[in-house]
Amino acid sequence: MNFYNEMMDANGGVRAHYQGYDSWLKATPPERIARKRAEADLAFHRVGITFAVYGEEAGKERLIPFDIIPRVIPSAEWKSLRSGLRQRVKALNMFLHDVYHDQEILKAGKIPAEQVLNNAQFRPEMMGVDLPGNIYAHIAGVDIVRAGEGEFYVLEDNLRVPSGVSYMLEDRKMMMRLFPELFAKHKVAPVQHYPDMLLEKLRAVAPKGVSNPTVVVLTPGAYNSAYFEHTFLAQQMGVELVEGRDLFVKDEVVYMRTTQGPQRVDVIYRRLDDDYMDPLAFRADSSLGVPGILKAYQAGNVTLSNAIGTGVADDKSIYPYVPDMIRFYLDEEPILNNVPTYMCRKPDDLKYVLDHLAELVVKEVHGAGGYGMLVGPASTTEQIEHFRQLLIAKPDGYIAQPTLALSNCPTFVEEGIAPRHLDLRPFVLSSGDCVDMVPGGLTRVALTKGSLVVNSSQGGGTKDTWVLED
Amino acid sequence: MLSRTADHLFWMSRYIERAENLARLLDVTWQMSLVPQSLDAINQSWAAIIALNSLEEAYAKKYSTVNGENVLKFMVSDPDNFASIHSCLRMARENAHAVRGTLTTEMWETLNATWLEAREKTFDQLFNAGIGDYFEWVKMRSSLSRGTTLGTLLQDEAYHFIRLGTLLERADNTARILDVKYHVLRPHDDEGATDFYEWGALLRSVSAFEVYRKVYRDVITPERVAELLIFNQDMPRSLQFCMNSVVKNLDLIANSNSGETQRQGGMLHAHLRYGRIEDVLEHGLHEWLTDFMDRIYMLGNGISKDFLVPMEEAA
Repeated sequence: MNFYNEMMDANGGVRAHYQGYDSWLKATPPERIARKRAEADLAFHRVGITFAVYGEEAGKERLIPFDIIPRVIPSAEWKSLRSGLRQRVKALNMFLHDVYHDQEILKAGKIPAEQVLNNAQFRPEMMGVDLPGNIYAHIAGVDIVRAGEGEFYVLEDNLRVPSGVSYMLEDRKMMMRLFPELFAKHKVAPVQHYPDMLLEKLRAVAPKGVSNPTVVVLTPGAYNSAYFEHTFLAQQMGVELVEGRDLFVKDEVVYMRTTQGPQRVDVIYRRLDDDYMDPLAFRADSSLGVPGILKAYQAGNVTLSNAIGTGVADDKSIYPYVPDMIRFYLDEEPILNNVPTYMCRKPDDLKYVLDHLAELVVKEVHGAGGYGMLVGPASTTEQIEHFRQLLIAKPDGYIAQPTLALSNCPTFVEEGIAPRHLDLRPFVLSSGDCVDMVPGGLTRVALTKGSLVVNSSQGGGTKDTWVLED
Repeated sequence: MLSRTADHLFWMSRYIERAENLARLLDVTWQMSLVPQSLDAINQSWAAIIALNSLEEAYAKKYSTVNGENVLKFMVSDPDNFASIHSCLRMARENAHAVRGTLTTEMWETLNATWLEAREKTFDQLFNAGIGDYFEWVKMRSSLSRGTTLGTLLQDEAYHFIRLGTLLERADNTARILDVKYHVLRPHDDEGATDFYEWGALLRSVSAFEVYRKVYRDVITPERVAELLIFNQDMPRSLQFCMNSVVKNLDLIANSNSGETQRQGGMLHAHLRYGRIEDVLEHGLHEWLTDFMDRIYMLGNGISKDFLVPMEEAA
């Protein structure tokens, strides 16, 4: 397979938007680079920018490897991506409002009704509940990959609790600290105002009549893999970081327990899945949530961000219909591509998938984090046979997609600088009619040679992402 | 501020202060054990440390004899001993981790780096490198943590809860050090050179040796040592100094439920403000200190109940 290299063109020349970095790299002594890389590692450890890995020793924290070669996106390319993202997220929010109200898109037959209504992520509790600005996914982390020149695909729309934005911000901070001279030479669009932008959006979706809302970040606790990010965002926004046990509901109003007595809470940026939010409404064994919060939410006395029930729009079984949503709600052609997707619940698709397992990527419909997936071309015969059994046993639990020729980018690895595959997760913020984002996003890179899986839980690293201004 | 946040801050500062005071106590005991004296006397002072922390049972499970090396091992770096310096530094860091968003970067990095460094060191390494150096290190890390708090944190509620934790813990620890050492030292009464070194070591354990010289300009006597550690209002580790600050910080965080706790704090403060060493000694120092420690304990409980443990939803 031929891969698009973000830095070099097919003839081995350096692309225009990388020329500045390339000449800097060539002029910088390797010892200085090595020293700076060690410095970065130390700093990340000291600041405690770590994540917990599930399945490893309890409470163990690991660094996400940081690579000092940035992923550079030229201005024109970013503008097109940005329009595509705005369009897509807008349509997804309209879809969510629709399925929890009049269900026009189902009546029009654009999506099979049972695909939506029987989906485990569909929350009947949300039927008829009106939300401020009709926005469900205030924060979306859309995963995008490039296959060729100007050819971008959306892999996933993460509309529940997308994470990683703190790495985007810390990577930039680190890069500026290590190599300030690079920023003097390049016009890199700033990203550090993300927390401000997020706070503004959260305040904008406060319940009706609240003029000075109290915003909080709700975390599952210190052992969650993204706990660093939760504390980081709360601190950057200057709001309280709460756990479920800090909140309680009285007369359908949410309060937090403070040293001066109960204080009303208006907007909750929750980093907790639907299932755990309210033991009275969802999983009864959840001690992380707040009993009675769903009732308060339905009564319109508190805003949850993201809304309950957004999972029905980013589920992999709904994903294939997003281009139709864009056409249906916006009457526009999609700007960003969807990856062609085989739905194994369809017998024809299943047959094709089983016949071509070695070429395809197979994913669990409800999976996330790079767990439970098969990358055909990179797998052994045993792994493929294992998935064949899984597919036959439970076809509707899986989808399959052609293996994309993900672009790569030069990256520091043990043997020197070598190309590694990467993706991009921009963080798209919505409130009312306004869809916004800081330029770029989080670039994740698969550090293992040939690997197409960039998730940090699977050994992926990150890079600073530069959108160059004209 | 969230009650849980206040709780973590309070305990974070208590644990780092406790680590420091434990280092001070172990250091003075270690130094005293180097002055020529009977082995019995030495082991008695090591046993006192175990008794002071009510750890006799846990200690007996691991060691059959009480001696310096065993007690040090148990109190310095035993992860199973929840009262060891190792455990205190871990707990300080864990509490900080839970509220790192409330701390300044400098504060968090100090406590995190302290724990990361402490975790790397085995007891044998510490002991061979000179255990005294380790105690100095713990004291310096605690000072650094206090310094970053003073130098970087907004002086709002968070700061008041941190100060409360530090000062309550310190008052308790100074009282304990004085109690246990006064006990061990008093019976000798031989006015000899040993006495000078031992009282001197006790003063040094609370950084008060030079202070004593400045305040009294006279020979060291047990009565004056007790007076200095209890009643001097300018000495940062004296009981009265601690209580002055506890009462001040308590006033700043007062809420509608905390009247009784404030009254208790005020009474204890007045007790020190208007007390005299003559009366204390007449009453019996040990009894007096025991009563003080009980009241400090009650005060800590009151603070937990009024501010830290969730209040009833009675608003």
